[in-house]
Amino acid sequence: MTTISDVTPGRLAKEGAGPPTRRRIMGAGKQLHAGPITYVSLALFGVISLAPLLWTVIAASRTNARLAQTPPPFWFGGNLFKNLDTAWNQAGMGSAMFNTILVASCITVGTVLFSTLAGFAFAKLKFRFSSTLLLMTIGTMMIPPQLAVVPLYLWMSDLGWANQLQTVILPTLVSAFGTFFMRQYLVQALPTELIEAARVDGASSLRVVWHVVFPAARPAMAVLGLLTFVMAWNDFLWPIIALNQENPTVQVALNALGTGYIPDDSVIMAGALLGTLPLLVAFLLFGKQIVGGIMQGAVKG
Amino acid sequence: MTSSNEALAQTASSADAASDSTEESGAARGAQGRGTPPSDTSWRSRLYRWDMKASPYAFIAPFFIIFGAFSLVPLLYTAWYSLHNVQLSSLDSQTWAGLKNYTNLFDSEFFWNALGNTFTIGVISTVPQLIVAIWLAHMLNYRLRGSIVWRVVMLTPYATSVAAATLVFVLLFSPDNGMINWALDLVGIDPVNWRESDWGSQLAVSSIVIWRWTGYNALIYLAAMQAIPADLYESAALDGANRWQQFRHVTVPMLRPTILFTVVVSTIGATQLFGEPLLFGGVSGTKGGSQHQYQTLGLYMYDQGWINGNLGKAAAIAWSMFLILLVIAAINLLITRRLRKAQ
Repeated sequence: MTTISDVTPGRLAKEGAGPPTRRRIMGAGKQLHAGPITYVSLALFGVISLAPLLWTVIAASRTNARLAQTPPPFWFGGNLFKNLDTAWNQAGMGSAMFNTILVASCITVGTVLFSTLAGFAFAKLKFRFSSTLLLMTIGTMMIPPQLAVVPLYLWMSDLGWANQLQTVILPTLVSAFGTFFMRQYLVQALPTELIEAARVDGASSLRVVWHVVFPAARPAMAVLGLLTFVMAWNDFLWPIIALNQENPTVQVALNALGTGYIPDDSVIMAGALLGTLPLLVAFLLFGKQIVGGIMQGAVKG
Repeated sequence: MTSSNEALAQTASSADAASDSTEESGAARGAQGRGTPPSDTSWRSRLYRWDMKASPYAFIAPFFIIFGAFSLVPLLYTAWYSLHNVQLSSLDSQTWAGLKNYTNLFDSEFFWNALGNTFTIGVISTVPQLIVAIWLAHMLNYRLRGSIVWRVVMLTPYATSVAAATLVFVLLFSPDNGMINWALDLVGIDPVNWRESDWGSQLAVSSIVIWRWTGYNALIYLAAMQAIPADLYESAALDGANRWQQFRHVTVPMLRPTILFTVVVSTIGATQLFGEPLLFGGVSGTKGGSQHQYQTLGLYMYDQGWINGNLGKAAAIAWSMFLILLVIAAINLLITRRLRKAQ
């Protein structure tokens, strides 16, 4: 079983460079080298993946009038900073980004912490109904978020919490997927003997968690944190119901932009760029780990 | 990377594995309960024993409390509200309505329209996406220069926010001056009205989903492909199977559980489709286009609940969605059983 730390930089970076005779665990499928057709096809996919983003920047650097002409612009204009400024200030993207960073960070910390605790209990501790409760946890992944929003909205109105950030933070503070993900990781990454040893020394459960579980879970916590941040950033349905233009998250602000709040396509593109930029930066920094995390979550079961 | 190759798809079996492993480790840890506590005083050992018993529950408590309060209890309340007349304009006067919300729903052509749209958009966004993802994973599985860079590039759309991606696609698909129609014109195809036409708008909405999720699913397939033992390919090659036959008779059958898993996850995602069609429609977003051509169930619920202000009906729509998902899950379970028997 490859651990996430194996999947991250060192290992994957070496992949495809190691001697062909070495049977690597990752990529043990086929040792065939890619031919030119594969490279061309991949390059085509790469262009399709990146082109819309590149074009966002091009459109954001133009004017509304230029975007209305055919053919559409294929290169940068000189209007980028003016449009970014308009989007940041007038369309409220600035405060929306701070809000979203705050919301997504709280959700990430909560999800990682609670998922690690619950995942540890499910992976390594014996208690009554543990397998039933785990099954329940997995089953809840099927429940669509739509099923909670009507009551949540009514409670929110009762509490007078409309338009306040805790309303969008609280319901998403835990995740069934996260709990299951951590359990799958800890089952194999945390040697039971370590816990035993700490127990024999008379360590309390909290000490075991702090000194044994957290260090062992760290790589998976990082990956789960990244995945959760992306999910929280993209959360759409509940924030749109709970918040309005006064105090929006990025998605809410972009929704207002898209429905004619500022009828200027180049500003809308600048807003879209701002609204996805922090995610892309995080992705550039930790892309490898996110890739490793998704592949990790896929194979274990 | 081991693969029990039972991707989460077979959650049932993984849960069996779960209970097995707890039993195993339980056996390995049989001594735990009878461990040697540091018993200098009896209250300390009692405390220690209590700690052993209670701590697992304390660790899972935050998850179950928060999840229960904000997902499970609301789920039941949604059923309750779906049987009541709840209006956005007068939240406090909730009167019993029986099944009226549901009968209204099933009499409404817009509900059936939304159900149909959810289905068609679901199919045209999921099927091509997964087929392309398998092909992409197959290519990423060769020994590549800079394989990690390729993977990160393919995953970039996943890291693009839904709203941002949709707004860009709205411009690209603009009927008058969009990039897509301009390109079609270059190769001599008549412009398509991506906003108004039925299939055109549904295709445009689906393309956003396809763009964002293909790379993600490709990585999941890639992980499963890498877990296929190499000797299977070797023996297939010895039997004289060419590359295509190897792919067809080794790769695809071995990927079956993973394919099932991605189908389930994509299906769940497709039934909840909301942000993409909402933003694609711009001003008429909640209606899903001027003729409701791409109004999905999720959009219909938002439209009925928060634009028309009928929360009781919105709750009924939510529960109908849930029932549809349960039916799909049951069908899925049957298919899985069949496949297992067939093996």
